Amino acid sequence: MKVLVPVKRVVDYNVKVRVKSDGTGVDIANVKMSMNPFDEIAVEEAVRLKEKGVVTEVIAVSCGVTQCQETLRTAMAIGADRAILVECVDELQPLTVAKLLKAIVDKEQPGLVILGKQAIDDDCNQTGQMLAALCDLPQATFASKVEVVDGKARVTREVDGGLETVSITLPAIITTDLRLNEPRYVTLPNIMKAKKKQMDTFKPADLGVEVKPHLKTLKVSEPPKRSAGIKVPDVATLVAKLKNEAKVI
Amino acid sequence: MTALVIAEHDNATIKGATLNTVTAAAQCGGDVHVLVAGHNAGEAAKAAAQIAGVSKVIHAEGEHFAHGLAENIAAQVLALAGSYSHILFPATASGKNVAPRVAAKLDVGQISDVTKIDSADTFERPIYAGNAIATVQSLDDKKVITVRTTGFDPAAAAGGAAAIEAATAVADSGKSHFEGNEIAKNDRPELTAAKIIVSGGRALGSSEKFNEVMTPLADKLGAALGASRAAVDAGYAPNDWQVGQTGKIVAPQLYIAAGISGAIQHLAGMKDSKVIVAINKDPEAPIFSVADYGLEADLFTAIPELIKAL
Repeated sequence: MKVLVPVKRVVDYNVKVRVKSDGTGVDIANVKMSMNPFDEIAVEEAVRLKEKGVVTEVIAVSCGVTQCQETLRTAMAIGADRAILVECVDELQPLTVAKLLKAIVDKEQPGLVILGKQAIDDDCNQTGQMLAALCDLPQATFASKVEVVDGKARVTREVDGGLETVSITLPAIITTDLRLNEPRYVTLPNIMKAKKKQMDTFKPADLGVEVKPHLKTLKVSEPPKRSAGIKVPDVATLVAKLKNEAKVI
Repeated sequence: MTALVIAEHDNATIKGATLNTVTAAAQCGGDVHVLVAGHNAGEAAKAAAQIAGVSKVIHAEGEHFAHGLAENIAAQVLALAGSYSHILFPATASGKNVAPRVAAKLDVGQISDVTKIDSADTFERPIYAGNAIATVQSLDDKKVITVRTTGFDPAAAAGGAAAIEAATAVADSGKSHFEGNEIAKNDRPELTAAKIIVSGGRALGSSEKFNEVMTPLADKLGAALGASRAAVDAGYAPNDWQVGQTGKIVAPQLYIAAGISGAIQHLAGMKDSKVIVAINKDPEAPIFSVADYGLEADLFTAIPELIKAL
């Protein structure tokens, strides 16, 4: 069984982004980029399934600018066997990405697609579910445990209030939550090996997908600032302030 | 123009997040209908009919709706979607699970975690862990939206008198199957609906200490318990207590952060709280930059003192 793992290049999670003063977006020029943390977890899970012998090949795919090659090389250093880049300079929204991924799914016929639950830049949490819908496949989102047995995946999901276990027939779409696994560090020899692995490049047109926006961003602004607080010297003052000034207890 | 709200329910009662979503739906202009798809969900449908501002409740009944599997719920929504301009889900685990599936089938973009409705096609939503607010305009004829519940006041749960209409249930997809769940028993207020939240971080050191120190404070205040990702990953608190970009988004009247440094990802989940109190030993902790009241102290002495003083 093949596994397809879509990965996204995003602003590194440690960077505190700044909104551009003209309100057109967030300033990401000269900012450190890396693989979306949830996607690292997805790659790790796919590689672990391969190490268990459940999976034969792990294919990483990324949609976006040429620099996404770096993200794909990282995925291959973690253990993906080969990579596909869908190169596109225009802004890609989740539905378009889902359509591009569907075209790749049709081509490669994977048994599983493992995605991150959300990207930390647009915070959408949509692509996996959309891909499942377009391919008419079952989905298990926010996975914290995955077992593949007898043509089915048994997935424990993180839901409000606790955990839920569902069983889905393969092929299927899974999205990862934080606690699914701890991604391994990539080692230098593996980075070197990843440079030799195969990477195919397509354009959206090659896949028969039209890139068109469904949402137009009119403005990006700073969130409202909280007014500066005060430091209190002791617990008694804190309680007094909460009772008399803030009136919340 | 009519909006359809997909109710979140446990087949007997309507969950709080639905009420906030009804408020958002009303702001889109036009009538508000609510879909209750469930198993033996008559009581939930009746409860939905009582919500102020709802003009019709659509009740779809089927055993395969019992656990809200995305494949089945999405198919049911799609069967009804033709008559609606807006389809809204609460941005909860279940709403986020189903909504994109509906949007993709309708070939429309989805607008996630909407915090403000500017007009019928223009919405505000946070991006980059809440460090920026994007104002977006939908270019599609139908709008599929998930609603950040803390952005909208809840609609009154009583006072409405909507008609309940039975809908033909779609067939079971057969592709997914619910096997079981472990829902934490909790006598406390629900995290996302609580007026007061006390939240602990890595500094607690162990789950025993977490319980020993944080629980009495929560009991004293009638508060819900929350945690940072560090505390959850270390096993001090269960997963569903996590507050942050990837956990719950909360906006209580009072948020007490004890032993939490205040990483960007945590702040994303709580910075809309009315009053934030930070208790931390480290004067440089970023949490102090958003706290209304900061107390620089060891939480193991400060919290027992605080309990005594309350």
